[in-house]
Amino acid sequence: METKDIKRDEFVINVGPQHPSTHGVLRLELWLDGEDIIDSKPHLGYIHRGIEKMSEALGYKQFIYLTSRMDYLSAHMNNQACSLAIEKGLQVEAPPRAQVIRVLMAELSRLASHQLWWGALGLDLGAVSPFFYAFREREMILEIFEETCGSRLTMNYITPGGVVNDLHPDFVKKVKKLIEQLKGNLHEYDQLLTGNAILQARTRGVGKLTAEDAISLGCTGPVARASGVKCDVRKLHPYDGYDKVDFEEVLNDKGDNFARYWLRIAEMEQSIRIIEQLIDNIPEGSYREKLKGVVKLPAGEYYQRVETARGELGVYIVSDGKKEPYRVRFRTPNFSNLNALRPMLKGAKIGDMVSMMATLDLIIPDIDR
Amino acid sequence: MQLSISLLEITRAIDSWLNSIFHPHVAFGIELVLAGVAVILLVVAMAVLMVYAERKLAGFMQMRLGPMRVGKYGSMQAIADVMKLLLKECLVPTNSDKMMFKLAPFVVTVVSFMTIVPIAFARGIQLWDINIGVFYITAVSSLSVIGILMAGWSSNNKYSLLGAMRSGAQIVSYELSGGLALIVVVMMSGTLSISGIVQAQADGWWVIKGHIPVIIAFVTFIITSTAELNRAPFDLAEAESELTAGYHTEYSGMQFAMFFLSEYTNMFVLSMVAATVFLGGWMPFHIAGLEGFNHFMDYIPGIVWFFGKTFFILFLIVWFRWTFPRLRIDQLLKLEWKYLLPVSIINVLFAAFIALMGWYL
Repeated sequence: METKDIKRDEFVINVGPQHPSTHGVLRLELWLDGEDIIDSKPHLGYIHRGIEKMSEALGYKQFIYLTSRMDYLSAHMNNQACSLAIEKGLQVEAPPRAQVIRVLMAELSRLASHQLWWGALGLDLGAVSPFFYAFREREMILEIFEETCGSRLTMNYITPGGVVNDLHPDFVKKVKKLIEQLKGNLHEYDQLLTGNAILQARTRGVGKLTAEDAISLGCTGPVARASGVKCDVRKLHPYDGYDKVDFEEVLNDKGDNFARYWLRIAEMEQSIRIIEQLIDNIPEGSYREKLKGVVKLPAGEYYQRVETARGELGVYIVSDGKKEPYRVRFRTPNFSNLNALRPMLKGAKIGDMVSMMATLDLIIPDIDR
Repeated sequence: MQLSISLLEITRAIDSWLNSIFHPHVAFGIELVLAGVAVILLVVAMAVLMVYAERKLAGFMQMRLGPMRVGKYGSMQAIADVMKLLLKECLVPTNSDKMMFKLAPFVVTVVSFMTIVPIAFARGIQLWDINIGVFYITAVSSLSVIGILMAGWSSNNKYSLLGAMRSGAQIVSYELSGGLALIVVVMMSGTLSISGIVQAQADGWWVIKGHIPVIIAFVTFIITSTAELNRAPFDLAEAESELTAGYHTEYSGMQFAMFFLSEYTNMFVLSMVAATVFLGGWMPFHIAGLEGFNHFMDYIPGIVWFFGKTFFILFLIVWFRWTFPRLRIDQLLKLEWKYLLPVSIINVLFAAFIALMGWYL
């Protein structure tokens, strides 16, 4: 990104690192002309914890727990990606029961993540009430997680070879209740926010991202799919039995804020569809492949990608045969999705910045790692 | 009726008692002070009540209980908040324009207190029956933008400045439609005085007997007063997700509380104006021909009617706030200049025609 000299008549403001609409410690430098944004520059690193470097000092089974702290709303998917990469190296596969549990957990956390996004989008656009409606169902999902995994946010549940422990006896009953309630309540989301004329005016035609831009900037997940790019890793490179479930990759070719909004709502319906197919068909059997206490990967390079709630997460592990990885590298979706912000912001208004950030659904700890 | 007459007699008794003790000029001075204290007490009490009501309503709209801990059903919550704000330090930023910074909250608060003066609460309960009451309220309430601009400019904070500029653009634009909406009723009543407008509605509220023009004017007035109040969906001046807190970002403690108080006072005053001008003020609801019903309605005191109507409009404004997202600045100005203002101008012409022909009931 080229540096820019500040001209005398330009108005520069710093949005963040402590700012309500950045949802974390992202700092955006904005060059303004009145309300119009001339240019912007994101500054990263305020929550850099060195997860990649720390992973080099921890064993293969241990460093996974750090990844729950990257994209904390997709903690299950982050753990899943690392587990799959390690399983690739060990050439083991999780038993069928564990695979189904993993998919169920991943889809539940996708639902929870999209619900938080929906509520936070309302807050960003000035409507406070949606937040509480979103949290009604999100709270149920977190309770389900708490029962089975023992924790609500950083679950650390998926592990190489399967999952840490078996499902709670109430799991199936509670998930069914959740799905039933969610299906009845999704129309409330539309009534409260989607159909609102102000929301439509704020999002339609704002923050356009073309398919070419989305590809060249490396955008993935709902952001790219809203521009018409097919990029769902669950479809393109199925893992953990995603090829056996029936769901659609939702696409939209508009590429504006409303397309991203609509797409996430539609994705929630697809997640419900996946959960409905699997919840009655959890296979019996072991939930974890027995592995050695200290796992050593054969020397080599291993790469695994999964679809988190925000896009494609790639885990790249280099092993030199020791009990710690030689190098771990994460290709995180938010880092690439953030790149889309600058081209979108040119010529937009300050109010648009908030709605663009909201529909990009950035999680800052995932950018900085 | 009974209550309002007795209140009028109380004020007359106080007046004659003061005049019997003091020189008439001194008595007049004391009466002015008493009236001022009464206004401030009323406004502060209403603001505290409004804060509590809004928090409770917001709670119910969001599937929660709202304040519950302080007092029975959280009824002391607003008072506890005021105590907290009184005890907090009023910080002044280092490089701010100190005099303007400290003056701004007073300007905003005094302006909002001034607007309450010509309001008629019930028959005879009116501080100042000025013959240009409606004009006075619109003129004085627009002064609050000066206080907001002072606050934004003197804070030496870019967010505050942006918020103040937004607020200026917004209030100046929306005043036009708001004024035109009031003119519709002023033309039909043939008077600018508040008590005159209320009297003109003795046989029916304007919103009922004024046909379509008054209904359009009523809706326009509600929209524009929400915008002038800087409340959602027009709360761009303090858009917390964009500008942290807009023009009062740097204010704390009681200085912040004064902005807060003036916002609620303005909300209260504009609702009272809407209730007076469009919904008949303290006039009871009558249906022509139903004598028994009308007599029953007459037994409800005027002050109850007045505050009932006011709270209905306040509820509408609160309801907007907790359901709508915020507009963008260009959409906000477009709404005013492209839709509301042309509609209001045509509406005024239409209403003038109706008023000339005497087609209203």
